[in-house]
Amino acid sequence: MAFYVVQFLTGLASAASLFLVASGLSIIFGVTRIVNFAHGAFYMIGAYIAFTLTERLSGAFGFWGSIVLAALAVAMIGVIVEMVLLRRIYHAPELFQLLATFGLTLMVEDLVVLIWGPDDLVGRRAPGFRGAIDFFGQNIPSYDLFLIVLGPVVLGILWLLFQRTRWGVLVRAATQDRDMVAALGVNQKWLFTSVFAVGVFLAALGGALQIPRDAVHHAMDLRIIVEVFVVVVIGGLGSIVGAFVAAVLVSELNAFGILIFPKISIILVFLVMAVVLIVRPWGLFGKPEAAARKTPGLTVNPWRPLTSNERLAAVAALVVAAMLPLFAGNYLLTVGSEIAIFVIFAVSLHFLMSVGGLASFGHAAYFGLGAYGIAFLAKMAGLPMIVCLLLGPLLGCMGAAVFGFFAVQLSGVYFAMLTLAFAQIVWSIAFQWVSVTGGDNGILGLWPSSWAASPSHFYWLALGVAALVTVALRAMVFSPFGYALRATRDSLLRSEAVGINAKRIQWTAFVIAGTTAGIGGALFAYLKGSVFPDNLGISLSVDALVMVLLGGVETVSGAVIGAIVYKALNIWLVSQTDLSKLVLGGFIMLIVVVFPKGIVGMLEMLAQRRRKSSPPGSPLLAKPIESAE
Amino acid sequence: MSATPPLLAVEGLTKSYGGIHAVRGVSFSLRAGEILALIGPNGAGKSTCFDMLNGQNKPDSGHVRLLGEEITGRKPREVWRLGVGRTFQITATFATMTVRENVQVALISHEKQLYNLWGSAPKFDRGEAGRLLELVGMGGYADRPCGELAYGDLKRLELAVALANQPKLLLMDEPTAGMAPRERVDLMRLTASIAREKSIGVLFTEHDMDVVFEHADRIIVLNRGTLIAEGSPAEVRGNPQVQAVYLGEGLVYDARHREGTSA
Amino acid sequence: MRARNYFVGAAFALLAGGMAHSALAQDIKIGEINSYSLLPAFTEPYRKGWQLAVEEINAAGGINGKKLVVISKDDGGKPADAQTAANELVSSEGVAMLAGTFLSNIGLAVSDFANQKKVFFLAAEPLTDAITWSKGNKYTFRLRPSNYMQAAMLVEAAAKLPAKRWATIAPNYEYGQSAVAVFKKLMSEKRPDIQWVDEQWPPQGKIDAGPVVQAVAAANPEAILNVTFGADLVKLVREGNTRGLFKGREVVSFLTGEPEYLDPLKDETPEGWIVTGYPWYSIKTPEHDAFLKAYQAKYNDYPRLGSIVGYQTIKSAAAILAKAGSTDPEKLIAAAEGLSMPSPFGEITFRKIDHQSTLGAYVGKTALKDGKGVMVDSSYKKGADYLPSDAEVAKLRPKD
Repeated sequence: MAFYVVQFLTGLASAASLFLVASGLSIIFGVTRIVNFAHGAFYMIGAYIAFTLTERLSGAFGFWGSIVLAALAVAMIGVIVEMVLLRRIYHAPELFQLLATFGLTLMVEDLVVLIWGPDDLVGRRAPGFRGAIDFFGQNIPSYDLFLIVLGPVVLGILWLLFQRTRWGVLVRAATQDRDMVAALGVNQKWLFTSVFAVGVFLAALGGALQIPRDAVHHAMDLRIIVEVFVVVVIGGLGSIVGAFVAAVLVSELNAFGILIFPKISIILVFLVMAVVLIVRPWGLFGKPEAAARKTPGLTVNPWRPLTSNERLAAVAALVVAAMLPLFAGNYLLTVGSEIAIFVIFAVSLHFLMSVGGLASFGHAAYFGLGAYGIAFLAKMAGLPMIVCLLLGPLLGCMGAAVFGFFAVQLSGVYFAMLTLAFAQIVWSIAFQWVSVTGGDNGILGLWPSSWAASPSHFYWLALGVAALVTVALRAMVFSPFGYALRATRDSLLRSEAVGINAKRIQWTAFVIAGTTAGIGGALFAYLKGSVFPDNLGISLSVDALVMVLLGGVETVSGAVIGAIVYKALNIWLVSQTDLSKLVLGGFIMLIVVVFPKGIVGMLEMLAQRRRKSSPPGSPLLAKPIESAE
Repeated sequence: MSATPPLLAVEGLTKSYGGIHAVRGVSFSLRAGEILALIGPNGAGKSTCFDMLNGQNKPDSGHVRLLGEEITGRKPREVWRLGVGRTFQITATFATMTVRENVQVALISHEKQLYNLWGSAPKFDRGEAGRLLELVGMGGYADRPCGELAYGDLKRLELAVALANQPKLLLMDEPTAGMAPRERVDLMRLTASIAREKSIGVLFTEHDMDVVFEHADRIIVLNRGTLIAEGSPAEVRGNPQVQAVYLGEGLVYDARHREGTSA
Repeated sequence: MRARNYFVGAAFALLAGGMAHSALAQDIKIGEINSYSLLPAFTEPYRKGWQLAVEEINAAGGINGKKLVVISKDDGGKPADAQTAANELVSSEGVAMLAGTFLSNIGLAVSDFANQKKVFFLAAEPLTDAITWSKGNKYTFRLRPSNYMQAAMLVEAAAKLPAKRWATIAPNYEYGQSAVAVFKKLMSEKRPDIQWVDEQWPPQGKIDAGPVVQAVAAANPEAILNVTFGADLVKLVREGNTRGLFKGREVVSFLTGEPEYLDPLKDETPEGWIVTGYPWYSIKTPEHDAFLKAYQAKYNDYPRLGSIVGYQTIKSAAAILAKAGSTDPEKLIAAAEGLSMPSPFGEITFRKIDHQSTLGAYVGKTALKDGKGVMVDSSYKKGADYLPSDAEVAKLRPKD
């Protein structure tokens, strides 16, 4: 019995810092609607700065002072980030801020290594909380007890802050109805800045408090961020109490999960999140999101099919691309193939995101399933390449059909999080079910048949499929189905009122996007000759998001350009420097600030301005580039 | 009562939220080609009532029948398929699509081409879409993005969309709210003429009494969730209960926040 | 200082771009790939190691009179990126062979690439047994002692312990799973009397150490096998110390004696664990002394195990290239099979039968000295003594 009590207390202790970080994320989201991907990065910087300070300042006062000082310092960094970066892009399309904070995260991961060195750092133990307390023969670390008390204390302070101060009232009001607060004449800028600062402070405090139990290292951020997303979503976005309850729930699941299912503890958390979202789509303590008054961030510049001139330009661009093997070597051709495959992947997400208005955070699941489909068919069934290529994506299709069915019942951030949960479940299975998937060692030896083996042949294959897929998806945008899909994106109410089964339309789109991603994954398996759990991991999902946002989420096929630019840059940077994350992150942030509509979106805007100021019929600047698609 | 069932028959419709009766035992019917106004002060339960007719909301009890067929609790999209078009108090349109595309979506749905992945949507029923837009006086706006339209034009567009499935019944929730007086008259005249010509039954709610008394064939009055009067404009105008409600409530617009809590 | 060097380095690499490798046609190029950005703690010392080796080789006249150039690429910890890098090195840079990699999955990915493209590959650090056995191929050689070898070294010591009740803690992925499997198998062969009372599989990099420690303690084992490393190990040790898990229990632990993992523990280093590792401070052989002196002179820092691996990878590659007298992959394979050469740990041989080198490891006990973790009572275990019989190996490895 004592054992279970102690196990429970241990879970509570883990919940404390999880709660700190999650509540910060939740507050920031509630008010600014920013999904702050950099929250993990702030947590990590908090730990690093606290480490430095605790090593220098001695004594109990020095230790605790360092913790608070570190959190304050990071909050200041947060203020600067908000003022310099985020303020410029509040009006950009939804999720664009996610891209900005993702860029920031990339930079921070490299920066901490530059500043603090590559080694894992182990900080001091907390003065007065070094030992353990005996509980019927079981030891409870006293620091755990401190954390157990701290969690509810912080919850209480936050509650008081929100209930008893004018600032808190404003924050709550803004969480419920942003437009109203703006209408009340509150200085929204400073409200946002202060909220961001408080959120970041909590994240950094959570990080700093890890010093006595954890090692400080440059991958801490990724370790916590996904878990924090899970907590915030289970608890309900914007709800502090929800964050607390969910943090406890997740931590206890971990603590007791390892006793019952020692091998699948990570899946467990995502399973619970998926179940919560299916049963209560807005989380345990969240409120259903009020219907948006206007479709956020969507352009009023209507989409139209390419004109015949633009079509010619697109064909010309394709022909030029097809001539690459005439002058490029094997390496460039392989890079070209990889880019073509990522074009397929990106346009599949773009279809779901731009046309369907459903931003998936777990799109890599279907890419990876397509790749694993190839691996199973080729290695286990021994089928020839052409058959595999035709059948492999079906695994992506099936995955999308099953997961998509549940996911499309939700929308917005909740949709994103459920797709993320599904992707993580698939990833965990691939990673941990070693006997079937080979675990992280993957499945090797999937090289193409001789007809596609040479780099130029494979390049043509990938380019051809990419062109086909892009054209097909584009045609779908302008098909009756595409109109119906856009209709469900623009107004669920109206589409239901004209006889459209919106969920079924969105589900169909999800399956189409998943299958298309599967096609990309299938080709990727042959390009690399192997399949790894990475192929369905979060970072690949994020890559796809970045490509779509970079190209321009309001465009018909901006993802093509987004994929080409991002992938080419990525490959080049990784090849040129170990600090590719620093440069890439900086580049993304620059793009976000300079081209808040994405690259193609920006070009279209320029073209439109020119069209308006020049006689009709003049050539459009953007179109030839967009039609490289 | 004739042998054929009425176009719309509502019987004992009831809905309450947490003990408060929003709508209580409302019954009325509507013939084809008839224009029926549903009026009442704010918070009377008009919107709740409306939403229960096309499935936007589920009644606690009562029946809604369309040409004798039970449609109570059916989903909005199913009700639409049976020939019921509707417009909303706050317009709901596809903001990023052009005016013509908005109508085309409804036509695509009407012709059950929603899962057609390969056809050309821009060419889909272009003529029919144009005719509908001409009908509501929006012919010149076909290629404008819907998001750029003035409010009155959005209302017209909604009417065109609602007409796309050749409805038997039109439900119009505050069709002229937010429009200039001149526009109101135009829109309702247009609606009335279309309804008469195509023999469509129209049920609308309205705050503007001039519009109501000019265009409605019949009026039903709702107060605190119950029907208190029914009859021709002249009858309703002379009804002392109705007068009491309207005068007693003072101005029609006095209780906006109450609408939010009870309707 | 360090930060500035990095910046300068990065700026230089970016600016110089293609010019950075000013290799001449007659130079011999080795393409090197590792997870520099993902695992800097391990790959930085490794890089220093191989850079030292390159310097020494060229100072001694290069390889058969030709200058040795190493072109190094980051793989970001992703197998797919490693293959892109391998492709660039082979197709664009025209390297004579590939070398490097740290993570097992990346090692396997590059090994498969090498097999497909018929390129010689010397895997430096990946531990998985698959790379030389179940997924072995003729183009791939491996330097570092494998999972199996390290397990066998630990079993030798562990089997002498009186403990009968054992628990295991290992990260839940292929490395952890196979380390536990090999250890259990070898241990049970030597000690049929022991019982396995609990196993914990925390997710790699995400250990929730408190509950894991509690759960192990609840099973009340007499001895514990640990396979976690890095940040997970730090958390495990901290929780285990506070909660008294290691008190009165024997612990056998993979890799923990390597400075990369031991040093961060500082004054919290648990004492008396039986570990494999690299006690650079107590190795007194002329070969190692020479290496240590050169390394410290060049970097003013002490070597980690990664330094040894990096150093010996390039030294081995150079020895193979020198013997082959050619960059033809088939000739390189022929030269490498059975080739013996000196190393800081003494002479090693690349076995013909499975292409595994006989580089060994040190086994000893952890101890605290001046607030730092060290390995004591350590002794060098030759790799050759901890490999299965040739007949067994032949069964494990697919025919070429």
